[in-house]
Amino acid sequence: MSTTEEKSSENKVVEFDVRTDEMLVNMGPQHPSTHGVLRLVLRTDGEVVSEVTPHLGYLHRCAEKIGENLTPRQWIPYTDRMDYLAGMSMNLGWSLCVEKLMNLHVPEKARHLRVIIAEMQRIASHLVGMGAYGLDLGSFSPFLYAFRERERILDLFEEACGARLTYSYLTVGGATADLPTGWLQKCEAFLDQFLPVIDEYHALLTTNSIFIKRCAGIGVMSAEMATSYGCSGPVLRGSGVDLDLRRDGEEWYTNMYDGYAFEVIVEKDGHYPNDHVYPGVPPEAVLGDCWHRFYVRMLEVRQAIDLVRQAIDRYSAATDSYGEPVKLNEKLPKGEAYLETEAPRGQMGFYVVSDGSAIPYRARARSSCFCNLSVTSELCRNTLIADIPAIVGSLDIVMGEIDR
Amino acid sequence: MGQQDLVSRLQETFGNSIGAVQLESIDPWIEVSADGLPEVCRYLRDQPDLKFDYLSCISGVDYFEPDPKKAVKLDGSPRLEVVYHLWSVAHKTSLVLKVILPRWKDDQEGVLPEVPSVADIWRTADWHEREVYDLSGVHFRGHPDLRRILCPEDWLGHPLRKDYEMPLEYHGIRCR
Amino acid sequence: MSQYLISHWGWYPPLVYTLMAMLAASLVLLVIAGGSVVFIWMERKVAGRIQDRLGPTRVGGKFGWLQTIADGIKLLSKEDLRPEGADAMLFRIAPYVAFCASYGSFIALPFATGWVGLDINVAVFFVVAVLGLEVFGVILAGYASASKWSLFGAMREAAQVISYEVPLGLCIVIPVMIAGTMDLTKIGNLQSGWFTNWYLFHDPFTFITFFVYYTCALASVNRAPFDLAEAESELVAGFHTEYSGLRWSFFFMAEYGSMFLVSALGSILFLGGWNGPVPVAAWIFGEHASQLSGFAFVLANVLGLMAFILKAVLGVTVMMWIRWTLPRLRIDQVITTCWKYCTPIAAVMFVGVISWQLMGLPNGGDVLPHHEQGSRRLPGSLRERPFETGDALPSANSVGFESEHGEQERGQVDG
Repeated sequence: MSTTEEKSSENKVVEFDVRTDEMLVNMGPQHPSTHGVLRLVLRTDGEVVSEVTPHLGYLHRCAEKIGENLTPRQWIPYTDRMDYLAGMSMNLGWSLCVEKLMNLHVPEKARHLRVIIAEMQRIASHLVGMGAYGLDLGSFSPFLYAFRERERILDLFEEACGARLTYSYLTVGGATADLPTGWLQKCEAFLDQFLPVIDEYHALLTTNSIFIKRCAGIGVMSAEMATSYGCSGPVLRGSGVDLDLRRDGEEWYTNMYDGYAFEVIVEKDGHYPNDHVYPGVPPEAVLGDCWHRFYVRMLEVRQAIDLVRQAIDRYSAATDSYGEPVKLNEKLPKGEAYLETEAPRGQMGFYVVSDGSAIPYRARARSSCFCNLSVTSELCRNTLIADIPAIVGSLDIVMGEIDR
Repeated sequence: MGQQDLVSRLQETFGNSIGAVQLESIDPWIEVSADGLPEVCRYLRDQPDLKFDYLSCISGVDYFEPDPKKAVKLDGSPRLEVVYHLWSVAHKTSLVLKVILPRWKDDQEGVLPEVPSVADIWRTADWHEREVYDLSGVHFRGHPDLRRILCPEDWLGHPLRKDYEMPLEYHGIRCR
Repeated sequence: MSQYLISHWGWYPPLVYTLMAMLAASLVLLVIAGGSVVFIWMERKVAGRIQDRLGPTRVGGKFGWLQTIADGIKLLSKEDLRPEGADAMLFRIAPYVAFCASYGSFIALPFATGWVGLDINVAVFFVVAVLGLEVFGVILAGYASASKWSLFGAMREAAQVISYEVPLGLCIVIPVMIAGTMDLTKIGNLQSGWFTNWYLFHDPFTFITFFVYYTCALASVNRAPFDLAEAESELVAGFHTEYSGLRWSFFFMAEYGSMFLVSALGSILFLGGWNGPVPVAAWIFGEHASQLSGFAFVLANVLGLMAFILKAVLGVTVMMWIRWTLPRLRIDQVITTCWKYCTPIAAVMFVGVISWQLMGLPNGGDVLPHHEQGSRRLPGSLRERPFETGDALPSANSVGFESEHGEQERGQVDG
């Protein structure tokens, strides 16, 4: 009898002692859905994540230090390797920044060429962002559909500059070469073919009820929070902040888009510009959640198509040159310049300090993803493990740009 | 508001905290003393007609020339500048603040110069300050979690300093 | 056949039964292993086509038929890794547990009338119960791997599979209830004749039940959008993160085996099993369609087998289609889907079917004339002998049991 009593009392103790322990889990740096070598340390209690600490630097290549030892044009290939999904936009950002320092205006034709290339790059980059986001949520096929179209853009880029990923095409003073003959027709043909395909993406992801369930109302970020964290690009606009450097940026940059008609993709009174063409916002979605960030990207693809079309017309009409690149060892004027451009992932800033020689005294890159990522630990607090890929994926980060 | 008005307003409000002003350069900048920085920043962020609510970037720039022959080319004395690029979402205006620091605190080599942190004013400053600390070697006083961000935690030195020398090896890995 | 060996050759009966059991077991093994090989190839091909690419094209000719074999050889030659902190024994046996569960349930699955490894009268129960054991393999794998991701996968699997057993069971009970038997062979034969005799078209409730069953089956075999146990974007690879080589491939074989099994089970329970949509046999043989023997019986069974395999493969293909189309649900949403949607719907369907039966409303089978007389008059009779492998192949609708040499073993069951 006594033994059974003991046992039952032991059982009681055990029963009252049932509690759960927290566990530290390393997500990354070799994890399929951290978009590269991001490492997130999760503190979890079962499936619930109470704390997320991002650790960076696994792809740090001292790009800024290298920039202090090369001339601006020599550094262009290194900018390619920052946001390797939008190399052209990186080239453009750095070139414009150096041109600002040198007070060098590119010819009209070069300006429109840059718009064509930058917006095509935006399409390509958002396609990857969109496809990879589907992948994060467990839907594999949209990724390949996205790559199918991106491949065609890369083909076009390859034709223009010979490279498919690290272009070094746009450079200080203009571009390294003019667009080959027949390129514009191919580009237009691509746009005509691509436009109806967007509906496919909307059917597979944007309006898919599982997709909506997975990302509507998840990772909600207020406009104040987004601003305070220095978020930019679709992440900022997804929170309802009406800021697009192509319209609001410094004159040196907005000049490039002078005369172009486009509307900033941001929700106003529950509506996005031109959203009658596309499925509306589902009732579950909250402004600033993953769904909105995704949707802004999708609408920007459409916007970029329009911009490319406008740019093609202007480019064909322009009669001057595509802009000769400056000499490789062109002396920079003494001074410093900072310029932010609207890269696909957000505001990419470059800061150049010169002491009068051909090599910048300091080259600094302000990465958009770096700031966008810093919001992770706040957004991922008290979510489920499955939400973490959903949130991090919606920020659409590229580690090459974060770690530089 | 013109840059000149803004400068005189800041000078009126903060007096000694505002140092040299350079309005002729490409990006006009205002020098702020290290100690006065948080108040100036808070003022710039909170004033409704300024509303610099967006911190674009913090950069550390080391002005130093280790080679004495070339040192004459250096503009001004050796120093470390921390550059704050501000932006106002509402007014679409930008502003550059500079904090000019000695390369080492009290000229003791190895002791990092200090700047008060602005991480409580702009959340984005958290990571940017960590980066500047990591690469340029500036200690941000009052930062919630000042650790290295890009380099490994046990890395020695601050790579973007001009007198930095790459270590010969790191954990048995040859570096040079 | 065992009867034949015993009576004509005078073999020692236990030996004969053991031999027959081994034969049946190896046949089933062949089916599941061969099936997995085909399904893995098919999955890659289907995925390829869905994703606008070709899939395997080289190994084994134009269509890459032998791709899975090549994969298998590659997996065989891989190092059998075991994490240092892993529970060695459990880690090693876990894939086999999963595989055996999947494999074991095939024993009771009839492929055509009488073509079954082990003809048991509670086959439905057996299949579901044994298939449910697969989760042990997964839990063991997750637990023994000493990896946090694996553990997450295992816990998810446990929560998910145990939850989905409930609506799955409810859905399975419905055709069992209509048939009045748990014998899969009989359930299949009861649906002979026109396709309207299939339980799918029995009444509106069974129609809905089939889709609930399919959803639950997807969840219980861990296929997208319910593949949370191995959610690669969240848990690296879930429970099989630490596995490599052949052990890893055992999990895959188990997965594809289970996929085929639940599709096959669904096709017997709802889609008429080996009965085609039109009563071909009845047209050819008329009244004798239910009492075929000899070559005609084998021929009819081969045709039935083809129909059955086709239905099951179709079910598997739809699973693949779903996998390559839909995003993955979150664990709480999966459990919500189970308890808030599938279970209540299944329960309502259950009550609905009972009411339909009680009120004597017309069944789908009443719409078209019956070629098969007495197909629904069969009582759910219990087998008198518990264990006979391969002997006494029952005729087309189990009215009479005839052994191969034509000896009438048993009298008419109904009468």
